[in-house]
Amino acid sequence: MPKVPGLFTGMRITLGELLKTLFPRRGIKTLIPAPVKHGAVTVQYPHENEAPAPRARGVIALKSENCTVCMLCSRSCPDWCIYIEGHKTKAPPRRPGGKERTVSALDRFDIDYALCMYCGICVEVCPFDALFWSPEYEYSETRLADLLHDEARLNEWMETVPDFEAYEAGSDAKVKKVPR
Amino acid sequence: MTALELAYWQSSLLRVLGVLIAVILPAGAFVYVFLFKMMSFMQSRLGPMEAGPHGSIQLLAEVGKFLQKEDIVPERADRRLFFIAPYIVLASTFLLFVVMPFGPDAYFTDLDTGIFLAMGLSSVSVIGILIAGWASANKYSLIGGLRAAGQLIAYELPMVLAIVGVVIQAGTLNLQGIVGAQHQGEIFGWGGIGNPFIITQIVGFVVFLIATQAELTQTPFDMPVAESEIVTGYITEYSGLRFLLFFIGEFATAGAFAAIAATLFLGGWAVPFVDLDEDVMNFVGPLVLFGKMMLVGFLIFWVRFTFPRFREDQLQAFAWKYLIPISLVNILATMALKVAF
Repeated sequence: MPKVPGLFTGMRITLGELLKTLFPRRGIKTLIPAPVKHGAVTVQYPHENEAPAPRARGVIALKSENCTVCMLCSRSCPDWCIYIEGHKTKAPPRRPGGKERTVSALDRFDIDYALCMYCGICVEVCPFDALFWSPEYEYSETRLADLLHDEARLNEWMETVPDFEAYEAGSDAKVKKVPR
Repeated sequence: MTALELAYWQSSLLRVLGVLIAVILPAGAFVYVFLFKMMSFMQSRLGPMEAGPHGSIQLLAEVGKFLQKEDIVPERADRRLFFIAPYIVLASTFLLFVVMPFGPDAYFTDLDTGIFLAMGLSSVSVIGILIAGWASANKYSLIGGLRAAGQLIAYELPMVLAIVGVVIQAGTLNLQGIVGAQHQGEIFGWGGIGNPFIITQIVGFVVFLIATQAELTQTPFDMPVAESEIVTGYITEYSGLRFLLFFIGEFATAGAFAAIAATLFLGGWAVPFVDLDEDVMNFVGPLVLFGKMMLVGFLIFWVRFTFPRFREDQLQAFAWKYLIPISLVNILATMALKVAF
């Protein structure tokens, strides 16, 4: 018997939530329902978009210029969904009169988003700041093969990468810059 | 109402159509209004919105989806029983509406023992569920089937005992008679709105609703289909059309029990101040009954979406230790008062 008031509390809460969703303005006091979108906490996706959090894991963007073809991302990928090909080439010396340098050139950098599980290890592991998370999420395709984003497409995503947010006050760490 | 001269096959056809409408319409309304919309609102979301205005034809999409699905039968299943089981469950639901009165002349049969027959028919579904559990050749199904059998039989008792109070007060087992008794009844000599038995039989009403909840295996009592323990109990192995039949059966039975509760406790199809024999009641009556059904359905599903599941032993203890003694006391009190006044 002492449990009975708790039962009614539960029922009051669910009914209150129902009325709040149905009559978002002032509960049941206004019986004319306002536009429904104010009531629910959810968003009717195809018609209205929710702004993703700035650090949301939407898609991985590539800054090709920073990539040294070190293959760390490709090797650390649990799904093996990153395909990298490169070759060694000669670059002019840094200072006049210096020796020619050997650098790696990127031939192919593909991410297969049909396989990617958005773990973010590649972004973490990249030592040269070539991979970044972008909150962009609308890139579904009608063909499975189109989910393989090539280098050009991955570079395009760079525009959507937001700047890193400042750390909390008192932090000594320098805020990372997104290369533009 | 002028007597229509119909051949036997014509009236039979009308009755089949009538039962189909009486079963499918409330089941659809329950699923859409309560399962889709009310549950969503209680969880602060909108539910289906795309199929039709406010998702109103989502049901057709769901039915279409189930019809497309492959009908899988487990290798070791007892095929014949496996196929029969959903139809037994659904048949008991359809038969419940046979005794239901919708208006002074709008009924399928007017049996003297209407409510008795309804209670008997409602327990036939236990057999279908047990068959489904056994024939699936799956341990989860079997456990679910046995749980369902134990639960449905345990809660049949308080349900019948709660009805006995109403029957004593109305003095008849005939549902038409019970509606009449409520319409003509008086509350302490004042016959303004008749005497819907929810006022004098409030204890019976509460016990009946709780037992209904258990009979329908709705959430606080949904151990037979407890998905976290035994997948979906006796419907684990069913897919496609047969799953759809179980699903329709569940919600059509909810409609049937809501209609029985509305008839027994809320005055059925009758409206206060309107004479019982008015011809117009044949058309207004079904709507009134439907409205009262939705009211009872709202209570059932409100409880369903609020409370978590009981434990199996708590469930049985609740029926045998609390509901049955309470309803027995209710019967005794009703008898005493009936004799006294």
